[in-house]
Amino acid sequence: MRKLITLCSCLMLIALAGCSQTPKASNKIILWHWMTDRNDTLQKLAQQYQQETGIEVSIQLYAPSESYSQKVIAAAQANVLPDIYGILDKKSIVADFIKAGLVADLTNAMDADGSRWKNSLFDKALADRRFDAGNIYGVTPGIFGVPIDVSNEQMLYNKKLLSKAGISTPPKTFDEFIKDSQALSRVGVIPFVSGWGELWLLDCFASNYAFNIMGEEKIFATYRGQIKYTDPDWIKVFNVFVALRDKGVLMDGIVTKGNKYAEQDFALERAAFTFNGSWCVNVYHNMNPNLDYGVIPPPPISSMHTLKIWGSAGSSFVVNAGSPNKDKAIAFLKWLTAKEQQVILAQETSNLPSNKEALSVISSILGEFAKGMDQSTHPNIWPLNEDPLVSEAFDRGLQAIIIGERTPQQVALDVQTVKDRQMAKGH
Amino acid sequence: MNSKAKSAAIFKENLQNFFFVLPALTIFCIFYIYPFLNMIFLSFHEWRGIGPMHFTGLQNYKELMGDHLWWNSIWHAGYITLIALTFQNALAFALALACDRDIRMKQFYRVVFFLPPVLSEVVVGLIWNWILNPQMQNGQYIGLLNHLLYTSGLPQLVHNWLGDPKTALTTIAIVNSWKGFGWGFLIMLAGLQTIDKQLYEAARIDGASGWKTFTNVTIPMILPVLLVVVILTILGCMQVFVLILSMVNEGLVNHTDVPVTRILSAMTGTNRFGYACAEAMIFGLILVCVSFVMKRLSDKAKQA
Repeated sequence: MRKLITLCSCLMLIALAGCSQTPKASNKIILWHWMTDRNDTLQKLAQQYQQETGIEVSIQLYAPSESYSQKVIAAAQANVLPDIYGILDKKSIVADFIKAGLVADLTNAMDADGSRWKNSLFDKALADRRFDAGNIYGVTPGIFGVPIDVSNEQMLYNKKLLSKAGISTPPKTFDEFIKDSQALSRVGVIPFVSGWGELWLLDCFASNYAFNIMGEEKIFATYRGQIKYTDPDWIKVFNVFVALRDKGVLMDGIVTKGNKYAEQDFALERAAFTFNGSWCVNVYHNMNPNLDYGVIPPPPISSMHTLKIWGSAGSSFVVNAGSPNKDKAIAFLKWLTAKEQQVILAQETSNLPSNKEALSVISSILGEFAKGMDQSTHPNIWPLNEDPLVSEAFDRGLQAIIIGERTPQQVALDVQTVKDRQMAKGH
Repeated sequence: MNSKAKSAAIFKENLQNFFFVLPALTIFCIFYIYPFLNMIFLSFHEWRGIGPMHFTGLQNYKELMGDHLWWNSIWHAGYITLIALTFQNALAFALALACDRDIRMKQFYRVVFFLPPVLSEVVVGLIWNWILNPQMQNGQYIGLLNHLLYTSGLPQLVHNWLGDPKTALTTIAIVNSWKGFGWGFLIMLAGLQTIDKQLYEAARIDGASGWKTFTNVTIPMILPVLLVVVILTILGCMQVFVLILSMVNEGLVNHTDVPVTRILSAMTGTNRFGYACAEAMIFGLILVCVSFVMKRLSDKAKQA
């Protein structure tokens, strides 16, 4: 009996000791990521880094991204985050991580050597994890993350299918796009597909046209509650989807289609146009290496304001502020985003590099995507974002318009009702 | 042995027993009791998953009572369950009855009928996504169902099954039944095989018809098993969500929302952990009530 009690007590003590263990500095850094397609290259680069510096980098993949996000949140709550990790969430959540002391401020490292590191990276990608003075999140100004690549979302067209319909150049305006779509329909080609079963992609497309129709000031004024969603400009945004529906532009079942299926449809030449992110270059290459396609921004509907596309850091890493290997982790990220490593990442994974100096080696199709970075924007760099419940009502409303269940006016009222409710709650 | 020594021995024995159950008790407390209590605690707070929590009292519950999307999702889950209780279990029972008889290739059918439940819900979703695909390519339907309808002279029945609010939920409910009927089949078949063959023999000697034997022997003898299947079906179908995510992603407007997808949406879409916990609490309560009612019914049936 005594032996049993002693054994149990020892086990309890060992368990408690394990809980209170404090991390110690070592020559090993741990990095958590979610990028299945980039894992092999990251592993290879980590080995190269160990050969060069003697520091071991353990690259640990946790996929899919939804599971990864949950793991990071759970690890943050338990304070067991690795040295380097990524936060796949809204900027407000990133701000919560920073305020909880879980993310290191990289400003000093970025500014060292005459800001060489900072200047080598796309500013818009850096802005994804940068907090300026007076930001609405209440975060001390600084740079809190390192983008390892950049991405933007644009429209893609299949050259072979367009020529089948007698179209020699891609559309430059929304009206041309509708006409081209009708020409494609006449020759039995489905004009457009996208993964709008994933609401963020639908939201992104609508946001492009909102920028084009009313400009960013009016959008932000709506978020602040100064303009209503029943405003004629917002109705015009909803009407974009009415036009797409009524002119037979959209593939059947588009509102429940996951992006992976939409990518398959475009790669297998079932649709002539698609709306997707720059990561798709790698996806299409794997699905159909002979696919001949080009990239254009969504054709503008108005000439009043610039049509802005979403573009920002594709994948960013942050450094754990509580890590005893903080400096080593920062040094590794600096090395990973240097030109030589960015060239390897860009060539092997077909993603846009975050280092501007590495742009010279990318494929022509990625180059077309890269041109879009100049007119890109992203919710993560906006001064404020819409309340998530309002966004949800907005995106669901767009789906309802596409399936012909609600009119733009009804959706505008629905969204405004949610907005009023959230405003009354002080959100 | 005096009373002092006796009580010391009892205490020692109790202590010994306690240490034997301690590991299991610890695991149970860590992985079940603590998360459950934490969920109750969180349901009274506003929290985004990280950062400070704000106590809001019953605010989450009040909001939930007026959240028509939430109550619609309960109704959707109820509808899926209803289809499963009728269509799925009737099919399972019919097939179990067939396989309980001396038919050829009995073993083969048993294996085939049990295949859908062992498939992952994601795989089932992918397979049915292909079967129900509404698109055409080169003048032919890509989806098997529409292709068969079209080629068999029923083009008027060709439909966008998952893209139409009128058919999306029913389609999901039928696929869910297809996936789930194997479990019911297996349990019912096991139940049928426990019925004493002498009862059938006695009924036959008494001149009972096949229907009389079925209603007076088979049904009463298998009733407890049927109730178990009904409880499992209700609990399983009310919590369905992986199949829905793999078939319609984030959903067709709100027509395919079920409680678990609403809870997920509150947690990961709008980062309202407190509200998600309140939803989970109410949903858990509903399931407990349903289970309790079914248990009472089951007990009554056994007594009868």
